[in-house]
Amino acid sequence: MDITNETHSQHISRQFNQELEQLKTQLMAMGGLVEKQVQDAVEALLEGDSRTAERVRDSDNAVNDMQIQIDEECTRVLARRQPAASDLRLVLAVIRATSDLERVGDEANKIARNALTLIESDRHSRGMVEIRHLSEHVRKMLRDALTSFARFDTRLALQVLHEDESVDNEYTTATRSLVTFMMEDPRAITSILSVMTILRALERVGDHADNLAEHVIYLVKGLDVRHTDPGELDESLGK
Amino acid sequence: MSAASFSAAETQRFSSAVVDFPSTSSCFDIEALSLAYEGKPALRDLTLRVPRHRVTAFIGPSGCGKSTLLRGLNRLHDLNDQVTRNGHIRLEGQDIHGRDVDVAELRRRVGMVFQTPNPFPMSIYENVAYGVRLQGVKRKRELDEIVEWALQSAALWEEVKADLHASAWTLSGGQQQRLVIARTLAVRPDVLLLDEPASALDPISTLKIEELIRGLKSQLTLILVTHNMQQAARVSDYTAFLHAGELVEYAPTDTLFTNPRLRRTEDYITGRVG
Repeated sequence: MDITNETHSQHISRQFNQELEQLKTQLMAMGGLVEKQVQDAVEALLEGDSRTAERVRDSDNAVNDMQIQIDEECTRVLARRQPAASDLRLVLAVIRATSDLERVGDEANKIARNALTLIESDRHSRGMVEIRHLSEHVRKMLRDALTSFARFDTRLALQVLHEDESVDNEYTTATRSLVTFMMEDPRAITSILSVMTILRALERVGDHADNLAEHVIYLVKGLDVRHTDPGELDESLGK
Repeated sequence: MSAASFSAAETQRFSSAVVDFPSTSSCFDIEALSLAYEGKPALRDLTLRVPRHRVTAFIGPSGCGKSTLLRGLNRLHDLNDQVTRNGHIRLEGQDIHGRDVDVAELRRRVGMVFQTPNPFPMSIYENVAYGVRLQGVKRKRELDEIVEWALQSAALWEEVKADLHASAWTLSGGQQQRLVIARTLAVRPDVLLLDEPASALDPISTLKIEELIRGLKSQLTLILVTHNMQQAARVSDYTAFLHAGELVEYAPTDTLFTNPRLRRTEDYITGRVG
């Protein structure tokens, strides 16, 4: 049975409604925070703003704390309520989602760290265009994945799954051209390696957004679509 | 979705589509069963197959018909002439209401355990031996063997073997319930019907009964009626959700408790306003 984002507010126990609502709210807050971290880390690099990059690195603890807090809430709900059906799927999806979001935070941190290296080297490096493009792409994916979670929107989630393929292609093309630059100009190798690390981190953010979208489909439809080709999903989800 | 908008055809489609096993492995075959008390419908056009050597749970709110259905399976309603029935119940292919069916033999094959333990006012040994003696077993050695086997099957032997001739009333509630199960098992039934078997027991005794239920399914078919949904989720292989005398959804327990097909089931198992 498909569910809507109203579903979790109709229990006889109002307290239970609040607990589940709280989980969703906290997850969205955590999502908002890591989304901002990715955005700030990339902007810091593109604008040469080392203070912003430092700030991103410092906010990593906040993300970790949120993950622990939300997971504790989930454990409490499991122990006290023994949720079933869509309630159970919500709790599981939230646990899985916090783990993905925490890793997005780690990737943002990695981007900030490499941004600092690049800013300090004071050398204009190749690959900034690629970083800008890829970051716009994966940030949209992340935003859409979070929106699909908030709205229980499987169509949007499916769209995110499709996006991931083009992000992967974009990433491969970008690294290929950067390898060429490194061969042409060995002095640029150090900075290009930092750029490649950043691209890799962005590509990973896309993967986590992809995972989030899968959690949404599990939550709403009860289907575990991990390791499933998005093309096959179009049929089974009746696009 | 209201009860009225749920057609019999829809019930049929879901109940048969989800639980899929070959008809040769069905123990009970219930077909278009309707039952009424003094003209008031208690079961409406209910069709389902209960698989052999599995635990099947019937869940649903009070008055949904789950106990009525369970009692119908060994013809306990025969004792009440206010009950009218339509449809068929087949046990291993044979209609249990057929002319040539011996009701006493049916009740031996389909044993029943109730909510409150009801040991006879006699010793532990005699409780278990009672039904076996009625079947004509007289030799002491044979009786001893059956009593030991039944008590072991009911996971009670170790606790009572030192004093088999103590009164059954000396046992705790949980032990009494296992004694009643041993008494039922002693006559070698094919099916064990359990009507809220653990609802009067403490959590540890409840777990022992649940453990017992799981262990017994290699020997016989078990059907469990329970208000405790976690219990149904823990012990059963298949779960049927009944509401207002209708079978709403029947599915493998794993599916029913993680991803039910119908809103009414979802609302019930998650405690929502229906």
